[in-house]
Amino acid sequence: MVQLLNHIRLPAKLENLAGWTKSVSECAGVLGFDQKRISEIELALEEALVNICTYSYSEKKGEVEVNCKLDNHHLIIEIIDSGMPFDMTSLPNPDITSDISERKIGGVGVFLIKKMVDEVQYRRENDQNILSLIIKKGKG
Amino acid sequence: MKINSRKERNVMVVSVEGRIDATTAPEFEINLSDFISKGENMFLLNFGGLEYISSAGLRSILATAKKLKEKEGKIVLASLKGPVEEVFKISGFHSIFKIFNSEEAALKEI
Repeated sequence: MVQLLNHIRLPAKLENLAGWTKSVSECAGVLGFDQKRISEIELALEEALVNICTYSYSEKKGEVEVNCKLDNHHLIIEIIDSGMPFDMTSLPNPDITSDISERKIGGVGVFLIKKMVDEVQYRRENDQNILSLIIKKGKG
Repeated sequence: MKINSRKERNVMVVSVEGRIDATTAPEFEINLSDFISKGENMFLLNFGGLEYISSAGLRSILATAKKLKEKEGKIVLASLKGPVEEVFKISGFHSIFKIFNSEEAALKEI
């Protein structure tokens, strides 16, 4: 059974980053995740939200909804926007070996998301992007 | 985010506390750019008080490093803590930048 714990919907603007983050961190705190894990979850969330705020709606205004859900073994963070279709799970990993002159920053955000959470799922449904960040709960 | 800077011989020591995220990274990068436009080209970033960095922060550091390379300058880092060190490792940034355990060790080397 999946239970909805927390829900927040804000305009897709970077200035709202703290609002979404606070909602998710509180939720993760209540579930007993330690500070290190919460910080990793915050990082994955920020990278996903920054992508949406920067690219998803281009010039138009839009909103982003963040839901915290819980099933028996996982915290599931759903990030929902109605902007352009974007499946980050299909992107290749960036080249992280080149030096300063050659190094490009693009793709690092998405790579960090994949590394910080246990699983990332994407689906397009009713003209919405639904990105799920899935985090295993600790034992016990 | 709080930024403190001081000059140690020819090195600008920039200590950052708190969080470098997408909302604070622009201020951090402008701070460094201002020093570069005033002629500084050796930087030591002390991240001992930094709790969090995202790709926006990495982007600022890389952009600064690219600028400095043109001016034959350099940027090194010191005192990365747990979560910040983890981000540097995952992104491969720990292998493109010189990272020291302490500010003292870094100042001895540059």
